[in-house]
Amino acid sequence: MADLTSSFIGIKSPNPFWLASAPPTDKEYNVVRAFQAGWGGVVWKTLGSEGPPVVNVSGPRYGAVWGADRRLLGLNNIELITDRPLEVNLQEIKSVKRAWKDRALVISLMVPCDEDSWKDILKRIEDTEADGVELNFGCPHGMAERGMGSAVGQVPEYIEMVTRWVKKHSRMPCIVKLTPNISDIRRPAEAAKRGGADAVSLINTINSITSVNLDDFSPEPMIDGKGTHGGYCGPAVKPIALNMVAEIARNAETHGLPISGIGGVTTWRDAAEFMALGAGNVQVCTAAMTYGFKIVQEMISGLSDYMDRKGFTSTADLVGRAVPNVTDWQYLNLNYVTKAQISQADCIQCGRCYAACEDTSHQAIAMSPDRVFTVKDEECVACNLCVNVCPVENCITMVPMQKGVVDPRTGRKVGDYANWTTHPNNPMSVKAAE
Amino acid sequence: MPNSQLTPGIVPGRLPATAYDRNFDDHLPALDAHEARVAADRCYFCHDAPCVTACPTDIDIPLFIRQIATGTPEAAARTIWTQNILGGMCARVCPTETLCEEACVRQTAEGKPVEIGLLQRHATDVAMASNRHPFSRGPATGKSVAVVGAGPAGLACAHRLAMKGHEVTVFERRPKPGGLNEYGIASYKAAGGFAAREVDWLLQIGGITVKCGVELGRDLTLADLQRDFDAVFLGIGLQGVNALRAEGEDLPGVANAVDFIADLRQSSDLSKLPVGRDVVVIGGGMTAVDAAVQSKLLGAETVTIVYRRGPEKMAASGYEQDHALQAGVRIIHNAAPFRVTGNGRVEAVDFAYTEDGPDGLKLLDEGFTLKADQVFKAIGQTLTGVPEGVMVAGGKIAATPARVWAGGDCAAGGEDLTVTAVAEGRDAAEAIHAFLTGA
Ligand SMILES: Cc1cc2nc3c(=O)[nH]c(=O)nc-3n(C[C@H](O)[C@H](O)[C@H](O)COP(=O)(O)OP(=O)(O)OC[C@H]3O[C@@H](n4cnc5c(N)ncnc54)[C@H](O)[C@@H]3O)c2cc1C
Ligand SMILES: Cc1cc2nc3c(=O)[nH]c(=O)nc-3n(C[C@H](O)[C@H](O)[C@H](O)COP(=O)(O)O)c2cc1C
Ligand code: SF4
Repeated sequence: MADLTSSFIGIKSPNPFWLASAPPTDKEYNVVRAFQAGWGGVVWKTLGSEGPPVVNVSGPRYGAVWGADRRLLGLNNIELITDRPLEVNLQEIKSVKRAWKDRALVISLMVPCDEDSWKDILKRIEDTEADGVELNFGCPHGMAERGMGSAVGQVPEYIEMVTRWVKKHSRMPCIVKLTPNISDIRRPAEAAKRGGADAVSLINTINSITSVNLDDFSPEPMIDGKGTHGGYCGPAVKPIALNMVAEIARNAETHGLPISGIGGVTTWRDAAEFMALGAGNVQVCTAAMTYGFKIVQEMISGLSDYMDRKGFTSTADLVGRAVPNVTDWQYLNLNYVTKAQISQADCIQCGRCYAACEDTSHQAIAMSPDRVFTVKDEECVACNLCVNVCPVENCITMVPMQKGVVDPRTGRKVGDYANWTTHPNNPMSVKAAE
Repeated sequence: MPNSQLTPGIVPGRLPATAYDRNFDDHLPALDAHEARVAADRCYFCHDAPCVTACPTDIDIPLFIRQIATGTPEAAARTIWTQNILGGMCARVCPTETLCEEACVRQTAEGKPVEIGLLQRHATDVAMASNRHPFSRGPATGKSVAVVGAGPAGLACAHRLAMKGHEVTVFERRPKPGGLNEYGIASYKAAGGFAAREVDWLLQIGGITVKCGVELGRDLTLADLQRDFDAVFLGIGLQGVNALRAEGEDLPGVANAVDFIADLRQSSDLSKLPVGRDVVVIGGGMTAVDAAVQSKLLGAETVTIVYRRGPEKMAASGYEQDHALQAGVRIIHNAAPFRVTGNGRVEAVDFAYTEDGPDGLKLLDEGFTLKADQVFKAIGQTLTGVPEGVMVAGGKIAATPARVWAGGDCAAGGEDLTVTAVAEGRDAAEAIHAFLTGA
């Protein structure tokens, strides 16, 4: 069993699996059950300022995208921050932290965009003994319309300003949670860093409409005949989240800034991928909401077995390991040539590769009258589409061509590494010899 | 005392009254909407799909499955019916394990094909429940066509002709239309009076008059039809039955399996239908399996199928054979009956073992005797009542006079299956239409 203990910006937890700020962390009852199940930490459901709490809709608040057997692929919600009184939350946080000293407990906060509001809330949470705060600049619905959440998160200057206030009025470690509803995720991350944030966490949910009711002509979930956009999360958002994490991890200005990875983490493998791309730990919401707290047991055993297999003695061995291999398109090796190869022993002759290549790609697969499918090396551009549509794992593989061998498609020998920056077709190409 | 499974002779009511409904209900329950979507999701939407090639009616299987997957079973049903108007019955009775499902690439890949038959049934059931017939008649052509036989071949032909706007009259010698769908198919394959419901639904297109109780050769001649109609289609199936050619086969208690099944299919109370205590079925096809399984379901104590060659030569598929075994039927291979014995009625059958060699089947000296109070002959149906002028070769209609077409079991080509009969009836209609319109 590998050592999974994690220290994220000085906050210790027995494993890198935290529950994200959301319904699973909205009260003591849930959080205690989560800790009993084995979660390493939680970010408490976002608190607002003193006063009457926000009100949620009483109609449905979730929409969903399913696979054929109703596997939940994506979830969207129009829930707001906690709708329980601040005082109740604070008492419960204190009681939980006292009972579970080895677990991480971070408080998520969202208050109006003025210094007094932030100063006040930070004071109120001071004696809970929580390990840190997470600033929720991400919530895309409801709160944004009141000048909070993603309304702040979409303006880097506000992020920097609020982060500065928080660091000024509190000694707690501060995580800034980013919204993905922005064109370049590096800008808010840079702003958080300038403001003094100890870490960023991402992603919060993505603006979305999951489906439209085609009888009542309203977005789902429908509340009394109307719907609104909600925040999208779950397995469907993972690719978007991974890219945003990688962008921050490899950006010169933010490189080294600790990242808490969020968005679609469902299995140990998802977690490991976020960590390889630079996340120090991960946070989970939808997977727990779909399957219950028990899933953390699979995450723990899976990550541990993987680390053992790889000979990693601590999570730090994994964190960021893939970052150097994330590059820009222009630096990819244009002289790397592969060809699709179909294993006839594994082929079940469905012809999907043929339909895909013949109809939509490069006409590089031949089909014989008795349904034998073969790749025409002289046409194959190695796009990988046949691999992606083939229902049989490893039936079609991409085989690299050795250096010096002639590529029958171009008639040229496979050469040494060379990328677009020096390519003759590139009008801006740098002349290599000069 | 009421009868039981142990009562000797051929008697009714061997089982408790409640057993019959259960025994003769759908043997494969229908998929519900969710199950259908999950099953549909397994289809790979193959290019030039092998399942389509394997279907005698060329149903666009990947398309209809995709239509189910996207929540439009009615559209799926239209795809099916466009090629096969008896798609509902075929979904129930096709030996899919030797047709589309055998060809499915997932059969190759994992031995578990996409459940094409069950999916087809789902789509057609859902669409038929609305009781809206999806096709309409084309503009009237003023041409008339006689169809002889209201089996799958005749019905498919009549429907396609009606779609083209021709006026169709179907002549059927039995009291009800449907052919073997109504009188032959095992009841647990088409439970709930499906055959009759499907015929009613099919006729909703209009332009088809069915005249039951009218027999070609008895009530009218081919010449009459040729005179009164612009074209004639013969879909008369196989009305004769092969003889055992064993001593004593005329003893009471020996019957044709198809007659037993027809009685069973038409019985309104199965507890009143008599069956033997020890039943022996001779044959190796679907008829043998259906007679044997249904005897067992009626409460026979022992049921044995005896087939003269090995299991691989049986016309009943491996799936059908397993079905019989699971129902408690015993199957003995490589044995042939040579004598039926009994005092005034059948009591036993004497068998000789056989050897299937290069120069045909040889009876060996070794043999055995099976106790039997009922014996069913299921060794094949034969073509009878062929009108004059129609040429027969190899036991099937091989050529027809001008303006006469034939299809289904009575005609050469293809296996004797419901789906083949539908394909041939449909294609004959297209040929007739082309002929009548000079296209
Ligand atoms: C017991 C049994 C079980 C079977 N099970 C299956 C199965 O599970 N799956 C499968 O695919 N196939 C099965 N078959 C085969 C299938 O039923 C036939 O292949 C199919 O019915 C052939 O259709 P058809 O229209 O050619 O003939 P039929 O269905 O035989 O229809 C012919 C019709 O013509 C009528 N007719 C005959 N002569 C005249 C005349 N002179 N005048 C007027 N009307 C006439 C008959 O009464 C009948 O209604 C089974 C067959 C039998 C006997
Ligand atoms: C119902 C619901 C409510 C949420 N509420 C909050 C919140 O109050 N504060 C917050 O920072 N994020 C909130 N989130 C976002 C999650 O913490 C998380 O960032 C997002 O769901 C992506 O992770 P996932 O794919 O594991 O669910 C909420 C998500 C859901 C589904
Ligand atoms: S062969 Fe099987 S997987 Fe392929 S299209 Fe037909 S049903 Fe679908």
